[in-house]
Amino acid sequence: MRTLGRILHGAAVLCAAALTFSSLAAQGPAAPPGPPPTGKAGAPVDLTGNWVSIVTEDWRWRMVTPPKGDYASVPINMDAKKVADVWDPAKDEAAGEACKGYGAPGVMRQPTRLRITWQDDNTMKMEADAGTQTRLFHFGDWKAPGGAATWQGDTTAQWETGARGRGANQPPPMFGNLKTVTKNLRPGYLRKNGVPYSDKTTLTEYWDLVRQPNGDQWIVITTVVEDPTYLARTWITSLNFKKEPNGSKWDPSPCAAR
Amino acid sequence: MPITRSAAAFALVSLLTVPPASAQALQAAAALQGSLIDLSGTWANRLHEDWIERAPGPHIGDYTGLPINDEARAIADAYQVSMQNMPERQCILYTSQYIVMGPQNLRIQQELDPITGGVVAYQLSGTVDRPPHTIWMDGRARPSPNAPHTPGGFSTGRWEGRILTVTTTHMKTGLVWRNGVPHSDLATMVEHYIRHENMLTVTMILTDPIYWEEPFIRSATFELDANARVLPEPCEPQVEIPRTPGEVPHYLPGANPYLTEFPKLYNLPMEAARGGAKTTYPEYGKALRSTYKAPDKCTVYCCGGTTLTVMNNSQAVCRADDPPPATPPAAAPAAAPARPATPPARE
Repeated sequence: MRTLGRILHGAAVLCAAALTFSSLAAQGPAAPPGPPPTGKAGAPVDLTGNWVSIVTEDWRWRMVTPPKGDYASVPINMDAKKVADVWDPAKDEAAGEACKGYGAPGVMRQPTRLRITWQDDNTMKMEADAGTQTRLFHFGDWKAPGGAATWQGDTTAQWETGARGRGANQPPPMFGNLKTVTKNLRPGYLRKNGVPYSDKTTLTEYWDLVRQPNGDQWIVITTVVEDPTYLARTWITSLNFKKEPNGSKWDPSPCAAR
Repeated sequence: MPITRSAAAFALVSLLTVPPASAQALQAAAALQGSLIDLSGTWANRLHEDWIERAPGPHIGDYTGLPINDEARAIADAYQVSMQNMPERQCILYTSQYIVMGPQNLRIQQELDPITGGVVAYQLSGTVDRPPHTIWMDGRARPSPNAPHTPGGFSTGRWEGRILTVTTTHMKTGLVWRNGVPHSDLATMVEHYIRHENMLTVTMILTDPIYWEEPFIRSATFELDANARVLPEPCEPQVEIPRTPGEVPHYLPGANPYLTEFPKLYNLPMEAARGGAKTTYPEYGKALRSTYKAPDKCTVYCCGGTTLTVMNNSQAVCRADDPPPATPPAAAPAAAPARPATPPARE
C-alpha cells in the first residue's frame, strides 16, 4: 500500500510538471533568449530588509573583545600568531586604523544589525550599524575599478538558482541563494584582538534565506575566508541573522579598536 | 515508468521557467529541485566555531549565548559531569541536536525506493555519543505525542528548493552543552541542510517551552571529505569510579562552588555568564563593552583548533615558534647551521 502511495506520489509530481510544461507550450514558441535579468529582477529570494545578528556562537569572541593571544577556532599560521601577539589597540587608534576589525571578514561576525536594500538594479547595498560600514554587491558584468584596497573591498555577486539559459523576459526563479566574492581588501582583523587577514584575502559568502513555522525569517551565511598569508587553511564559519519588522533598533556606532 | 534523472531535470526546467499555478505545484517544484542535490557522503567537522564548547567542552557555568531561562540554569548549576561516569548513565546518548553542537564528523546515506528510485530516507550515521538519525522523506505521519521518545527523536524532511528542511520531535530530554544545559522532551528542532559546492551547512533552531526563552539557533559547516572518520563506538558500561549504590553526583541548589570560575577567567560579569535571550542581541554587547576590560593575556585553550597547538607537560599550549625544519635531504650540505631548538611554550 505504501509502495502504491509512493508511485502515485511520483506520478502526481510528474503530472504537475507536465501540466506546467504544457501551459508553457501553449503560450506559443519560446521567445528568443534576451539579455540576462538584472540582479534585482533575477532575485529568487528577497534579502532586503532589517536583520539582526543573534550571537549564540563564539559569544565570548564576538560580544566582547577577547584577550590578546586568544586565537581558538581560527586556523592561523605562525606568521599570523606573530602579528596577533603584538596587537596594540592604542597603536591602531593612533594610526587611524580603529576599523581594522570592521573589514568585510570581521564586521559580519560583529554583533550588528544589517540593512539590505537595492541601490540600483544591479547593486545590492548592505549596511552594518556596527562600525557604520557599507558593503556593495555588484551583479552582472561589473568589473572592479582596481583602486586602493578598502575595508569592504570589491564584491561581485550572483544568484545561484540551478536554472540556466534564462532571458530577461522570464520571471525570476523560485529558489536559490546569493553568492558573493570579495577581494581587494585592506588588511584587517578576523577577530578584534588582532588576529590578522592580509590584502591577499578572498572572502566568499553564500546567503540563504530560511523560513520558520512561526513566521521567523533567517539569513544563514556560509562564510569562507582564504588567506595564503595568515591562514593555514580556509576558515569556514556560518552566521545567522534574524529578520526584524523595521529599522527602529538601528543604532550606528563608530569603529572601536578595543 | 520510473522517474529518471533526465525526466526530473526536464520537469525541473519547466517548473523553474513559469510561475507555479498553486502551492501544490510550488511544493512539487521544490521537491524536484531538491532531488537533484546529493547530500550523501562523509562530511568533516572543521570546528572553526565554538571550538571550546565542541571539542574539550564548555567551562562550568558558561552559558554565554544561550537563550535559556531560570529553569535551565537551575538544572545546569546542579549538574556534575562525573554523573556520566555512573554505569547506568555512560551509554545515554546525546540527542539529535548534537549534530551541530558536537565535535563529530557526519556521514549521510540515502535510502532509495527500489521501484521509483526516490529518496525514502536519509540516514545520518551514529557515532561517538550520538545516535543514528533517520530523516524520513516519504511523507509519513508524525507519531502521537505520547509515543515513546528516543535520543534521536522522529524526523521528517522536505525539500524547500535547494534546502532540506527537517523537523524533529519526540527527543528525550538531553544535554545541549556538556556543562549541563538541558533541553526538554517537548523540544522541537528544525534543521536546514544547505549544500554549497563541497560544504554542508546545518542550521538548527531548537524551540523548547520548558527551558528556553527564545528559539535557539546554531549552525555548523562541514566539508566533504572521504577521509573523515565516522566510527561508531560501542558503549560498554563499566565501573569507572566506585561509588556507594544510589549516589548520584550533583550539587544542591546554590552549592556549586565552580560557577564563578568562568566569569573570573575572562573578566565577565556574572550576569553575562548566566545567558538569557537578551544577552544574544547586539545592544547587550554594546552596553557590556562600555565597561568591559579583557584580561591582559589569554591563558586557556588559546590555540585550540589551530595547527599551533603542542603538548607541554600534558597541557595543550601554543607553539611559540616555527618547528625545526624536517631532516634535510641527503644532497643538502652537512654543515648547514641547525635552527635553534624550539623555546619553551609561553603558557
